[in-house]
Amino acid sequence: MSNVWAVCKKEIKSYFTSPIAYVAITVFLILVGFFFQSLIWWFNTQSMQMAQNPYYLQQMNINQMVFSPLFHNISIILLLMIPLLTMRLLSEEKKINTDELLYTSPISINQIILGKYLASLFVLLVMLLLTGFLTILTFVYGNPEVKPILIGYLGLFLMGAAFMAVGIFFSSVTENQVVAAVLTFGSLLLFWVLNWASYSAGGMWKEILNYVSFFQHFDDMTKGILDTTDLVYYVSFVFLGLFLTHSVIQSRRWR
Amino acid sequence: MIEVQHLFKKYGDLMAVKDLSFSVEKGHIWGLLGPNAAGKTTTMRILTGYLPATDGKANIAGYDVFEQPNEVKRIMGYLPENVPLYPEMTVQSFLHFVAEIKQIPAAKRKEAVEKSISLSALESVRGRLIKNISRGFKQRVGIAQALIHDPQVLILDEPTIGLDPAQIIEIRQLIKTLKGDRTIILSTHILAEVTQTCDGVVIINEGKLMASGSLKELTASLQEKDGVFIRLREGGKEKTEHFQNIPGVDKVTIRDDGYNIEWTRGKDSRDDITRYIVERNWGLVEMRPLAMDIEELYLRVITGGTEQ
Repeated sequence: MSNVWAVCKKEIKSYFTSPIAYVAITVFLILVGFFFQSLIWWFNTQSMQMAQNPYYLQQMNINQMVFSPLFHNISIILLLMIPLLTMRLLSEEKKINTDELLYTSPISINQIILGKYLASLFVLLVMLLLTGFLTILTFVYGNPEVKPILIGYLGLFLMGAAFMAVGIFFSSVTENQVVAAVLTFGSLLLFWVLNWASYSAGGMWKEILNYVSFFQHFDDMTKGILDTTDLVYYVSFVFLGLFLTHSVIQSRRWR
Repeated sequence: MIEVQHLFKKYGDLMAVKDLSFSVEKGHIWGLLGPNAAGKTTTMRILTGYLPATDGKANIAGYDVFEQPNEVKRIMGYLPENVPLYPEMTVQSFLHFVAEIKQIPAAKRKEAVEKSISLSALESVRGRLIKNISRGFKQRVGIAQALIHDPQVLILDEPTIGLDPAQIIEIRQLIKTLKGDRTIILSTHILAEVTQTCDGVVIINEGKLMASGSLKELTASLQEKDGVFIRLREGGKEKTEHFQNIPGVDKVTIRDDGYNIEWTRGKDSRDDITRYIVERNWGLVEMRPLAMDIEELYLRVITGGTEQ
């Protein structure tokens, strides 16, 4: 475990001693802030219009009208940003030959992958926690339900974790960071829109495409629904990504 | 200490290492020589556990490199040809990270970092980012990371490549001071480096072992004739014929500064030659045995295709 921690610490330092983490977090927060402000503004306008009708006013729900679309917007921002955060994780080691240092030290490939992956999760966690400031504001000025918000954040974290696993996998495939980022982005987008194909498919295929798509599992969680199927889906995705990463590194050494 | 037996490594269709066997005793420095693409780096990468071998055995300090890779990695320091450094880290933080992944206990880590910094003379750059230090210092950081866990075995791939002459001398000096109880294998293109630092050599070409042994043994096995170089107070071509009349002398070659006189191995004509010169009062200024130099030895092995 100390080996995992050593690699993780080094990676976190590497994120925060270079501009990568600061730029990514700043841009992320600006975009999240913009969407949040737009949704709150729209919610306020709607509330004022409904103020004359107590029945409709009671139907106004800040969780559904602000947080649910906000989580969707954040997931799209993560889809765009995570490939940029993971692209260098393993590809750079290969490019600057530091992989030779790692693989000739008494540390396993799994420990290296896990250390790097945990560091990327840390950055994701920081990004999501910083958006908590906006959530707190809504509690100060409004009365949202806590549980759906927490489940929504859990959904964002799990989906981000799955994105990171795909990212680290593609970072192990190539030593070119741009190629790794493009492959990650393309794959994530494909997994995102797979459920579109399910509209025209029927029977078993419809169910398979729906299950494989990121969107379907995330959509439930943004509405505050916590289903173990969704949890199992994301955790399996993470394990698959990390397992494939291990296989790629191992097979490269045997070639 | 290091024993390699019938090692093979195949990359696709290319056989990079073919049936390589050699051994290095504890406390010795051995040079791994060979032209480009001879298989030196591949051999070193296999020994360090970076690459698996296709076939064969390698044993270091009693540990099987393929069966007990972590035990081997714990007692081995490795400096690859392209020094593995993180440019955004400072020298000190990089060495601290290496100390952690080399599993030096937390209580001893600081001391290990300090020792490697002082051994590699890195005090002046310890707080600087690696990307901002000179090539020579980067090489020193590479050596420091290889030494940090006080390994019994050191494998150095081209440790002086790309350095200026002063830096080469410094690094060579450093390697000599590291010897002690350590067993060191280094690869190099600079043959003089081998004579100055190594106890023995392994010469490989196209993945095959061409020769291995101490320099003395190899020279003795490849030299067909014994001989001496002599310098007289006054030289001259006519003396060549005189020397050829000495019983046992096979070949006399005139040089700018003297003569090479050779005879069949096993005999010793030095007494006869000395007497001959003294009797004629030619003034013997210098007499030294003719030894094959490392360049000649290397070329003889590589171009001659002799497998020893």
